Amino acid sequence: MTLSISLSVNGESLNVPLEDTRTTLLDLLREHIGLTGTKKGCDRGQCGACTVLLDGKRINACLTLAASVDGTDVTTIEGLAQGDTLHPVQAAFIEHDGFQCGYCTTGQIMSAVGLLSEGDAGADPERIREGMSGNICRCAAYPGITAAVLDAERRQSESEGTSV
Amino acid sequence: MSVAKPLPHDAAHLHVTGAARYVDDIPTPANCLHLAFGLSEIAFGTITDMNLDDVRSAPGVVTVITADDMPFENDVSPSNHDEPLLTSGEVNYVGQPIFCVVATSHKAARKAARKSRITYDEKQAILSIEDALAADSRFEEGPRVYKKGDAASAIGSATHVIEGAIDIGGQEHFYLEGQAALAQPQENGDMVVMSSTQHPTEIQHKVAEALGVPMHAVRVETRRMGGGFGGKESQGNHLAVACALAARATGRTCKMRYDRDDDMVITGKRHDFRITYRAGFDDTGRIKGVEFVQYARCGWSQDLSIPVADRAMLHADNAYDLPAARIESHRLKTNTQSATAFRGFGGPQGMVGIERVMDHAAHVLDMDPVAIRQCNYYADAEDGGLSAPRKPAASPPEDILDPKKGEDLASRGAATEVRQKPGDSGAEGQTTPYGMAVTDFILGRMTGTLLKTSGYAARRDEIAAWNAENPVIRRGIAFSPVKFGISFTLTHLNQAGALVHVYQDGSIHLNHGGTEMGQGLFQKVAQVAAARFGVGLEAVRITATDTGKVPNTSATAASSGSDLNGMAVKAACDTIRDRMAAHLAERHQADPATVRFADGRVHVGEESYSFAEAAEYAYVGRVSLSATGYYRTPDLSWDRIRGAGRPFFYFAYGAAVTEVAVDTLTGENRILRADILHDAGASLNPALDIGQIEGGYVQGAGWLTTEELVWDDSGRLRTHAPSTYKIPACSDRPDVFNVALWEGENPAETIYRSKAVGEPPFMLGISAFLALSDAVAGCGTQYPALNAPATAEEVWRAIGRARGQVRS
Repeated sequence: MTLSISLSVNGESLNVPLEDTRTTLLDLLREHIGLTGTKKGCDRGQCGACTVLLDGKRINACLTLAASVDGTDVTTIEGLAQGDTLHPVQAAFIEHDGFQCGYCTTGQIMSAVGLLSEGDAGADPERIREGMSGNICRCAAYPGITAAVLDAERRQSESEGTSV
Repeated sequence: MSVAKPLPHDAAHLHVTGAARYVDDIPTPANCLHLAFGLSEIAFGTITDMNLDDVRSAPGVVTVITADDMPFENDVSPSNHDEPLLTSGEVNYVGQPIFCVVATSHKAARKAARKSRITYDEKQAILSIEDALAADSRFEEGPRVYKKGDAASAIGSATHVIEGAIDIGGQEHFYLEGQAALAQPQENGDMVVMSSTQHPTEIQHKVAEALGVPMHAVRVETRRMGGGFGGKESQGNHLAVACALAARATGRTCKMRYDRDDDMVITGKRHDFRITYRAGFDDTGRIKGVEFVQYARCGWSQDLSIPVADRAMLHADNAYDLPAARIESHRLKTNTQSATAFRGFGGPQGMVGIERVMDHAAHVLDMDPVAIRQCNYYADAEDGGLSAPRKPAASPPEDILDPKKGEDLASRGAATEVRQKPGDSGAEGQTTPYGMAVTDFILGRMTGTLLKTSGYAARRDEIAAWNAENPVIRRGIAFSPVKFGISFTLTHLNQAGALVHVYQDGSIHLNHGGTEMGQGLFQKVAQVAAARFGVGLEAVRITATDTGKVPNTSATAASSGSDLNGMAVKAACDTIRDRMAAHLAERHQADPATVRFADGRVHVGEESYSFAEAAEYAYVGRVSLSATGYYRTPDLSWDRIRGAGRPFFYFAYGAAVTEVAVDTLTGENRILRADILHDAGASLNPALDIGQIEGGYVQGAGWLTTEELVWDDSGRLRTHAPSTYKIPACSDRPDVFNVALWEGENPAETIYRSKAVGEPPFMLGISAFLALSDAVAGCGTQYPALNAPATAEEVWRAIGRARGQVRS
């Protein structure tokens, strides 16, 4: 029997049939919906390349069964920018050279967006590094990644400060 | 001008929006097939029976390919034709591909691949260096030896003699994007292959061989890789050839990507080494002579092990003027993954050997480790090294003698025989152990600067004071230099080609033989093109590496990408520019030499045109706006058998100071601070170069600290996922990380006087290892003889050795 799930991906409501109930959210995104910005690095929850937001919280899409995300709201890298305007974290990654080969980058950015919304790391570089340590970058662009997250945090708190 | 600017990566916008396509992201037809290998479960033996019935009948399986289904070449070796894609007889390591499943999905292929029933006649595997030496299992007929002077007698007459050994572990590449390839069958038996490879020409060659077609029937395209690090120089051959075979057999598009576990189990890694040493010093710390024996564990096939082991020998001196040296290298054949290229290509292992000697000698002589290094340095070039005089090559460069038909000449493993050359290299002054004059040395001055900016002396005192008060958490600090030779040691690979078109609207299409793996090569080369035409970068479109556009390319390797391709692109651009200039000059009756290309305009006499107008005039004037460019590195001459000549065009330099803290109860440790001064010549792009330096350092430190490969007694790799193999994470980078570029031009005539930057910074990570050695040595009175990787366990054991205790 084919299971069918309903979810919202980047604001678009979808109804997706699942031939195999063991399909992961990562394979659902990449192979069924055609959103290949989310990457498969290790397929076992240890590299972070597949990080997406599930109802605003960062998760490893490779460890999440698609069947379990019925009724949720998923945000991937493709849904982050507003039209041509990059999300502040995306812009900060460009500005601070937060990548080399780019393969881990989308996961890094989604993880950073999640980290900032968690609000625990603040502007403390050590806590940001710790909070980002689930996303490995073999090119070791870590100085740029840390600087980008710090900068995005600063911009975010400034804009929150002005909007109050 | 667009060069020397800190511009972001060319695909920056694509990367942050997820729009950058890697092989696995390329849209495929609905009927695309997926491949998976069935792997050997034993390390050494012979297949006695292969029952694949359950594989063939598994859901989704379309066909299964074995060695019997390969009518043409069954070989994916980049060197010695000793590596079948699929084996049917002898099995040589756990993880060797035996058959290939072609199925309707990736999962179906992988599931089916596990259903085989294969029986083996198992034999005693050769796994360790000891096993290989006992069985005399090796590549080449015996050890290779490079010599300078009489090392034995120099050591014999020295005041102080030290000897010891160091084990240096291998390293998994762990490119975040695993190996991947996609083959699309074309009309007339042609094949188009998309491959995540550093070496499209080699993929083209191996696919053509396997299909029994000329190279012109195969086109290989590589837009980008999600990391390479040397792991995609030869290790992608298997997937590309398998896809091409399956595509030909089925007439359908075929794709293969390794699951991470498969990738780590199947593919080769950095060579692990054991190096034994004996060295003599005088009272001032000046080295009199040194002997190294390097044992490289090469795995089961030759792959690129010969040039890797050669490069380890060529870096046994690192930055030090050795009056007498003997370097002996054993290339051992073992029943493990075939070790392959990895950033530094043997250089790092060779360099660790001499840095260990310096560290050990400083301990024995009770000298400051920096002082002993400085007193052994080559002398600095007098004037900053600009245009140091150089003797012309004494003999023609190394060449293949009578290349065998079908030989893969574009591979670094291609050197099977070399022409013996008479006479010495003719080098004068200070020379390396292989007789190359060192004329561009700058580490004396660089070291002085770095010691000042890092506050080395004061921090060393401060750390000593801390350690006197704190017996549990001890700190250590160390300095290490890098001198790295730039050029392929197989001389004929030092060539590159480019193809440039200017369209009638003034837009520029750029192609060259280099591949992009994150290092920023495409951006650097585009900066060169924009600078030559005097236009903005937005006018230049960088296109995927394509064997149909630029043929006979070398791998993007040996740090040579920008040096070679930058020059080739410059040549192509200048050809077109000269034609445009001549055309405009004629029109204005001006001297073509006075035509200037700047700020998006072309100036001739009093007149000025936009670049687009100039392009249009040239087109209408029937002037060709397309050109190829070609470059070959000058001044190279190398005899690898004798170990004599000038294998490198120049050296790249760097230096680092690292401080660490060690928990002496557990061996746990972390890097507190790193200060780096690195020489990228006149940098083409400081932002990209600093990224390479930071990343290289962290990757090098990872190699020597946390990255441990473990094989069990049956030859099975037990560290085959990030759960068991620890690469540095964001929290592992130094808390304080200061990276600066040395201000200086390359004295050699390179593209805009820049220097290669891919590999050299990797070896700056050696300072982290030496800092751990420093912290550990302070725990006792004995020299701790730290081995690599210095995992927490190894650090804990070494603390025991420093205290004269045995810990296991």
